[in-house]
Amino acid sequence: MKKFGITLTLIAAAVLAAYSTDYSQFERPLSDDQKILHALNRLTFGPRPGDVEAVQKMGLKKWMDQQLHPERIVENPLVAERLKPLESLHMSPAEIATNYPPPQVVRAMTSGLLPLPKDQEARQRVELQAQRLRAKQDGKADGQGKQGKGADALQQAMRQQVLAASDPVERRKLVADNAPQQVLPYDLNEAKLYRAIYSNRQLEEQMVDFWFNHFNVFLDKGADRILTSSYEREAIRPHVFGKFRDLLEATAESPAMLFYLDNWQSVSPDRIQEGGRRGLFAKQKAKQARGLNENYARELMELHTLGVDGGYTQNDIVEVARCFTGWSINQPNRGGEFIYNDRVHDKGEKIVLGVKIPAGGGKEDAEKVLDILARHPSTARFISTKLAKKFVADDPPPALIEQMAKTFRDTNGDIRAVMSTMVDSKEFFSEGAFRAKVKTPLELIVSAARATGAQVDFAVPLATQIAQLGEPLYRKVEPTGYSSANSEWVNSAALLARMNFALALAGDRVPGVRVDAGAPDNSVATVARQLLFREPTQQTLDSIEKALAQKEPTPALVAGLVLGSPDFQRR
Amino acid sequence: MTSRRLFLKSSAVAMFGVGSAPAWLSRALYAADSPSPRKKILVAIFQRGAVDGLNMVVPFGEKRYYSLRPNLAIPRPDGTENSAIDLDGFFGLHPALAPLKPIYDAGHMAIVHAVGSPDPTRSHFDAQDYMESGTPGRKATSDGWLNRALAPQESPSPVRAVSLGTALPRSMRGQNEAVAIANLNDFQIKDTRGAGTFESMYENSLDQVLNGAGRETFEAVKLMQSIQGQPYTPAGDVQYPNSPLGQSLMQIARLIKSNVGLEVAFAEMGGWDTHFNEVGARPTVGQLANLLGQFGSALAAFYQDLGDRMADVSVITMSEFGRTARENGSRGTDHGHANVMFAFGGGIRGGKVHGQWPGLEQEQLYEQRDLQLTTDFRDVLGELVVRHLGNSQVASVFPGYELPKFRGIVAG
Repeated sequence: MKKFGITLTLIAAAVLAAYSTDYSQFERPLSDDQKILHALNRLTFGPRPGDVEAVQKMGLKKWMDQQLHPERIVENPLVAERLKPLESLHMSPAEIATNYPPPQVVRAMTSGLLPLPKDQEARQRVELQAQRLRAKQDGKADGQGKQGKGADALQQAMRQQVLAASDPVERRKLVADNAPQQVLPYDLNEAKLYRAIYSNRQLEEQMVDFWFNHFNVFLDKGADRILTSSYEREAIRPHVFGKFRDLLEATAESPAMLFYLDNWQSVSPDRIQEGGRRGLFAKQKAKQARGLNENYARELMELHTLGVDGGYTQNDIVEVARCFTGWSINQPNRGGEFIYNDRVHDKGEKIVLGVKIPAGGGKEDAEKVLDILARHPSTARFISTKLAKKFVADDPPPALIEQMAKTFRDTNGDIRAVMSTMVDSKEFFSEGAFRAKVKTPLELIVSAARATGAQVDFAVPLATQIAQLGEPLYRKVEPTGYSSANSEWVNSAALLARMNFALALAGDRVPGVRVDAGAPDNSVATVARQLLFREPTQQTLDSIEKALAQKEPTPALVAGLVLGSPDFQRR
Repeated sequence: MTSRRLFLKSSAVAMFGVGSAPAWLSRALYAADSPSPRKKILVAIFQRGAVDGLNMVVPFGEKRYYSLRPNLAIPRPDGTENSAIDLDGFFGLHPALAPLKPIYDAGHMAIVHAVGSPDPTRSHFDAQDYMESGTPGRKATSDGWLNRALAPQESPSPVRAVSLGTALPRSMRGQNEAVAIANLNDFQIKDTRGAGTFESMYENSLDQVLNGAGRETFEAVKLMQSIQGQPYTPAGDVQYPNSPLGQSLMQIARLIKSNVGLEVAFAEMGGWDTHFNEVGARPTVGQLANLLGQFGSALAAFYQDLGDRMADVSVITMSEFGRTARENGSRGTDHGHANVMFAFGGGIRGGKVHGQWPGLEQEQLYEQRDLQLTTDFRDVLGELVVRHLGNSQVASVFPGYELPKFRGIVAG
């Protein structure tokens, strides 16, 4: 038996050597203190003052268990308080379309095709927008507006100062009167940041971020402006620790995804003739010959489930697209809901990854596809790898991925169980993982706000900073979402922007955010320890001390230098 | 001219003290004095999302183009703005690209049709990755072709490779220094009390990743100081469009004219993934027409702004794959195969559509749906690397593709 074990080890070592990557760092355990800091860095958006002690007191195991069961954690009342004024977060897409109408809806309302909003304020807003649209049409002068850099950046900075000085209700009215649709990204960005900064259910927020990014949609693609709020709220958030199959179906059926990847337009070419169109737009629609659109089918397999090397062919893409014909949206620009339209569904037989889906089916054809994909071993591996890359290291050890993928397969894609396997593994708490990840822009900025105990009353300026670092929230155009790889975020311009942000934040110069840099008589080492939750590197400490020996060291400057240091860029 | 030279010299002294200016800065000063040893510059522009090449450069001489695209086809040239602009009796430019026609006529714009990546993927992500790494089908490649195109150099300029934007694109990643710059004026530590300290921290850091990136950052910051603070006025009455690509190209022009040692630059424009409503009320208006309008006017402004300096500059445009020859059911096109590339520059053999036209009949299409590939994109890029940049090590720029077939795009 023992001999067999040794042989296995030898084989394993040979395999490792053949792949020539050394994963031995992932065998070396961390000290108890390191473990706590590591868990806080990975499973939260960075420790707040007092967090390390709180975990010590509770015990790491119990704390992690709580984070995996967010419903057992008492939420910070600040979250509800900050989210309360952000009304669009709680609205259905139809309510959003009425209250924050896009130009098409404004036109429809003023021409009598749609009713005007009942709410007095919203109605005034529509009238104001209608006037502007008319002026624009007549003048056609400011066609290019928007994209300017210099002057617009200045305007943006001033606008943010003004907005930060207003209270939340007044602020939203200012924004809504000026550009009603602008309220939606503001609310989404603010909510995401308040939760990331203040929520006690930190891992849940990390998971919402992970899964939204995995099933990315782009806020500025047409109707997705009004569909994204409910997408995050109803398709993503309830399932982040649930069954992968449920999450997959929730996204597949969501108007936001159907619109983003064009499936709502995809119909069986054979069935266009039969249907016979009636109604107001029949003529116009008949002119637009419609047909199969493969976009969702492809990304569903490449990005959502199997992964690009997961073993599907172009033919599978076509077959999956055929299964999804008829999965559509009822009037997306007005916030319509998911509909299944059997009249345009491809009724023929399909073969997906070798599995026959018999002719004559309906909506269930696509549900069968989701079944096949969710339980496919490539999916277990692909999702496990992506989680490990996000939470462990850019190049996670294959043994860990296999362990996680096994849990995924054994539990029928239970996400909480996969996460448990990950945080219980020796690899998670290893030297290979410790500080192995460079913070993404979101993680950097939120961790800085948390470490400094910042009071955030208006989060849009922070979101603007995150965008400048290269990660505009809800605005990743490509369905790939953002990469969590270090190489993605370490480059000159972004590094410079990180340092500038650090000085601005600590210097209390970010609108809407208040930071107290601490007592003036604190030593550099003390400030650094408070913000890093560990000893600073000698190089960072020396650099700051040397520089400040000649100048008047203000606490804000020291804090800014620590937050911009190499030490703070890792988690 | 004199004022810039003086400015460069005085800032060199200010930055490094007399006699200790690094080699790249001496070269920059020398270049400002005399135009002869100026480096060749290659500007790569990526159209992300897969532009519809068949409507960008229209094969109006091909009957089947019109039957494949009843709603989308650009009408044959009739001299109006609602038809293609005739190039050679067979191909025509999309009318929204009218600003480029004079450059084509001047012989400084070449078109390559039916060009692209031989890899069959129709995934944006993979196809962009392959085109940017320069190794179709090989995912393990960690660096980009534009970075590898830089010849080894002692004491290179820290801004020899610049990408306009907040993130360094795949094409630019690699061993040679390359920086991403969103806006030249913002490229500094705004609080002067912090600058030196940050520099020292990153310079001394044992964190290899951050140490390397930090060094590059601060070298580039110093160089940018020689440009910042001077307002930029494009030549003549050239007006760059206020679009992201227009602004990116204006900043590249500014870098080129500042003689700070730029060798390769990268800019990009997105939005080309026209599955849905590619055209509006007519095939010559709508989404694609708007995008091409922005694209063409930005390139034309760049060309005019640089004027004679275009003798040293080549611009190459690319997109990850083409789109289906046949229009889809939502007035758009889906992911296809071969596409079209533009090359501009004084050294470009322009006024011509290069490459072999494969035809659009059913049996001529790739997988019976897409434009067939007759030129590998590495043939075009390889020729620019060798004949324009003068880097003969093409095998290391495009590993696994040792013998690119030059198409005569660069005048020899």
